[in-house]
This record gives sequence, C-alpha cells and structure tokens, in this order.
Amino acid sequence: MPEITVRANGHARRVAVDTRSTLLDVLREQLGDTSPKKGCDHGQCGACTVLLSGRRVLSCLTLAVSCDDAEVTTAAGVSHAVQQAFVDHDAFQCGYCTPGQICSAVGMLDEFADGWPSHVTPDLTAAPELTDDEMAERMSGNLCRCGAYANIVPALRQAAGGPG
Amino acid sequence: MKPFDYRTATDMGTAVAEVSGRPDARFVAGGTNLVDHLKLGVAEPDLLVDITAVTSAAVEDRDGGLWIGAGVRNSDLAADRRVRERYPVLAQALLSGASGQLRNMATTGGNPLQRTRCVYFQDVTTPCNKRVPGSGCSAIGGYTRYHAILGASEHCVATHPSDMAVALSALDAKVHVLTPEGERSFPFVDLHRLPGEKPDQDTRLQHGDLITAIELPPSPFAQQSRYRKVRDRASYAFALVSVAAALDVADGIVRDVRIALGGVAHTPWRAYKAEQVLRGQPAEVASYRLAADAEMADARALDGIDGGNGFKIPLVTRTLVATLRDLT
Ligand SMILES: Cc1cc2nc3c(=O)[nH]c(=O)nc-3n(C[C@H](O)[C@H](O)[C@H](O)COP(=O)(O)OP(=O)(O)OC[C@H]3O[C@@H](n4cnc5c(N)ncnc54)[C@H](O)[C@@H]3O)c2cc1C
Ligand code: SF4
Ligand code: FES
Ligand code: FES
Repeated sequence: MPEITVRANGHARRVAVDTRSTLLDVLREQLGDTSPKKGCDHGQCGACTVLLSGRRVLSCLTLAVSCDDAEVTTAAGVSHAVQQAFVDHDAFQCGYCTPGQICSAVGMLDEFADGWPSHVTPDLTAAPELTDDEMAERMSGNLCRCGAYANIVPALRQAAGGPG
Repeated sequence: MKPFDYRTATDMGTAVAEVSGRPDARFVAGGTNLVDHLKLGVAEPDLLVDITAVTSAAVEDRDGGLWIGAGVRNSDLAADRRVRERYPVLAQALLSGASGQLRNMATTGGNPLQRTRCVYFQDVTTPCNKRVPGSGCSAIGGYTRYHAILGASEHCVATHPSDMAVALSALDAKVHVLTPEGERSFPFVDLHRLPGEKPDQDTRLQHGDLITAIELPPSPFAQQSRYRKVRDRASYAFALVSVAAALDVADGIVRDVRIALGGVAHTPWRAYKAEQVLRGQPAEVASYRLAADAEMADARALDGIDGGNGFKIPLVTRTLVATLRDLT
C-alpha cells in the first residue's frame, strides 16, 4: 500500500493507505478523527466537508492517496467565530451535520470575502452582499435532516459580523 | 470496489501514453464523478492516472477570447472577473451546478465528461445499454423524468447532466485535446454524440485522449447572455431543463443569437433551428415562441411509470421564451 503524509489539523502523520480509501475513511478509521461524518458517501449531503488547503471539499469523494502532503482541516481543528455562533443560536439538533456545516461555513465565508458570486447574486459584476438568500444558496451543499436551517442562517450572520 | 493502482502524472504526454496503452486505465481529475462510480461499481478501472498536477489551472487571455486550462476548478472559473463580465452565461451555468464544495473540486476537463445521472445507469443491478452494451434500456417505460425528448434512440434515452457544457455549446467554444498522435482541437458542440446504436460512447474522444483546455472565442454579444435552469428544488439539483442563450438586438431586431438546451438530450443541445427562425425577426415574445416551437417540432415525449416526460416540451418552450425575454 502507498504511504502518504497527512497534515491534519497541524499534525503530520505518515500512513499507509489503500488506493481505494477516501480521505473521509482515512481520517475516521486510521487517524481517529471522527469529526467529519459519513452521511451519504456520494457527495449528496455535505456531512463529510473538510478544508483541503483551506478550501471546502467533500472528503467522501476525495481519494486519500491524492492528499499526500496536503493540509487538511476538520471541524475538530477549526477555531473560528462560526462555532460560538452555532452554540449561541442553537443551530443544530442531533448535531450529525454540524461538523460539515462548520467547515463549509468557514470555507463559504472565505469565498465570500474573496468576492465570489453565487447563483442568487443579482449582478455578477458587482460585489455580492451576504443576505440570507445568499447564505442559504452558498450553504445548499450541507443538508440538515433535523431542519436546523432557521437557526443556522442567523448563526452565519453573526459569524460574518452582521447582526446575529 | 476492485483494487486499482494510482499514479500522479508527471506530464500530460506521459499521462496520455499510460492511459491509452491500458484499456482499463482512467484519468482522474476532481474525482467527483469517477470516485462515485468506483463506489457504485459503474467504473472498474485497474489504474487511475491523476492529472490534476499536470493540467493547467490558469485562465488566460488569448486572441481576444479566453483559454481555460483543463485543471481550472469550476468555482475558480465562475469567480473569474473576465468570465463574469464577458461570458455571464458560463458563470451562471457553473454557479447553478452542484454545491460550493463540489465546484471547488470539479474541473473544466472533467465537468463535460461527467456521465449521465440516469438512475439505471448508476444501479448495476438493472439492465443498461450504456453500462453494459446489449443488456437493454431500463429507462424506456421506466422512470423518465430526467430523460431525453430530443435525439434519443431505441437503445438509450439518457440526458447529459452538465450545466457548464450547455453554456459552452452556446458560446461556440473549442476543445483542445492531446492524443497519442499529438494535439488537435475541434468545436465543443462536436465533443458529445447522440446515443444511436452505441450509447456506451458519450463522446467522440478515443480512450486516452486528454482534454487540455477549453477555448472561448471572442464574442461581442456574449456579454448579453444568460443561463436559466429549472429543477425540482431551488439549489443542489440537476436540471430538468435548462437554457443558455446569448442575444444581439439592434433597433428591435434580432441580429444574432445563440441558444443551447440542457436536460433534453444525450448531448448539450444546440438549438440551431430556433436560432435560424429568430435571426432578422422582431425581438419580442411572439418571435421567441415561434423559435421554441420550431426547435420542439422534433421533440418526442417518453411514456414512463412516472407519467412520462411530456411536461418537458412546454417547459422548454416557456423557459426559452423567458430567457430571451430577460435578455431583451
Ligand atoms: C451530488 C452531486 C450533484 C451535482 N450536481 C450537478 C449539477 O447540478 N450540475 C452539473 O453540471 N454537475 C453536477 N454535478 C457533477 C459535477 O459537476 C461533476 O461530477 C464534475 O464536474 C466532474 O468533474 P471532475 O473534475 O470531478 O471529474 P472526474 O470525476 O475526475 O472525472 C470525470 C470523467 O472525466 C474524465 N476526465 C477528467 N478530466 C479529464 C481530462 N482533462 N481529459 C480527459 N478525461 C478527463 C475521467 O476519466 C472521468 O471519466 C454534481 C455532482 C454531485 C456528486
Ligand atoms: S437511458 Fe441510457 S443510461 Fe439510462 S438505462 Fe437506458 S441505456 Fe442506460
Ligand atoms: S458523506 Fe460526503 S457528501 Fe454525504
Ligand atoms: S442537526 Fe441533525 S442533521 Fe443537522
């Protein structure tokens, strides 16, 4: 089996991986970080979202063998205003989707800060505004089976520095 | 999942040689379609050649147009200032596809080569001519909501799922390919093929041909372009139908127009008939209806256990009229 170096949450670890293993399975089963969750395993729910070199991606569709030397941040390694905002706003029930929501929110706020537009941005050439519609669209890749969306949006508003 | 070898490509030429010389080898880019297919058993390669490090991740100004490396991620392309200003239909199509996480992974080369989302194609327990030639087509008389109304055959009625590809078809884009014989390029509209008797072949590429770049030609009126997607939920869903259009109007008359449809055929469907009907006509809803009718004259609805997909014919007409009206 090929050996790779995974730099997860600031710790470099050398692991032998099966070429078939996803980053999600290696993080959970070989590195003991169970914060990324397996919801669907097919790219359809966002529960497995992690930050790879700072960008939000789905770890269930990422082959671990392709992540040699890459910087991985899971929810367990995130330290960001979004976490306190989720607590303040009760932005979860069972919590299963939450680590994915947290990583996705961190990536989403960075994308927004870089001026990236979204499907609901009215004018593609102007700087977008972080309205509730924008947040819902930008976070649409994270499903919440408990339907905590109504509290997730205000939490994101607070984390983005707006009125909570 | 069957075991496979994995190699990081060292350069594009070697990647082409490695894959073309081995029938069960595959390129992998963002992996968002291929890794899913490995899990489903739809793809069973014995070697994956990862091309992300060797395909260009740059968008360059060239000859008045844009040259987009195959390694450019869908999210970066949609955020590119030049795309947003000069080819809005492409930015909108990209932003309407998948999710933020998936767009960060998906590539310019991989997106047009993603395979159909036909449920039977993805379910290895059901007959499917695209997956297993000669086994039959489960979609005919089955679940047809996401299936074709144009250009289908008795062997396959699947649709192409990419949004980006619909915009590229409308923009007269070109594909650059590296083959074992060398480089070649051809119109993007010739990349995909209708199913005919060989639905297992989605495109005209040969095994081992590598897409290196997509080229957008200069177009003064692509600035007046738009993508409209109709789907079962407002976000993170594939198109039932979609329209990419660019419109050039002077003195109330349509001088030129480009239209492509998504969700209706095995290829992104360039609506040449509608375009022809529109040129020289008044830029108004009545003309847009006539154009849509001309294109839909060849449409055939499928019967299915879900009530069939006849709803798509008026849906295309209304979506096309609405898109052109928005551009007027
Ligand atoms: C839940 C979900 C929802 C989605 N929703 C949408 C949607 O709404 N709209 C939409 O358009 N798409 C959607 N997608 C699909 C997504 O856009 C595609 O999977 C993605 O664009 C494929 O690109 P990739 O780089 O990940 O390709 P890969 O999965 O890496 O590769 C796909 C295929 O292309 C081949 N390939 C890749 N690059 C090259 C190259 N340069 N030259 C030759 N062959 C190559 C591979 O061998 C493979 O056969 C969705 C996907 C998921 C999982
Ligand atoms: S429509 Fe095409 S992809 Fe779907 S089951 Fe029939 S042959 Fe297979
Ligand atoms: S587990 Fe990865 S998207 Fe659902
Ligand atoms: S809190 Fe239960 S799935 Fe989101």
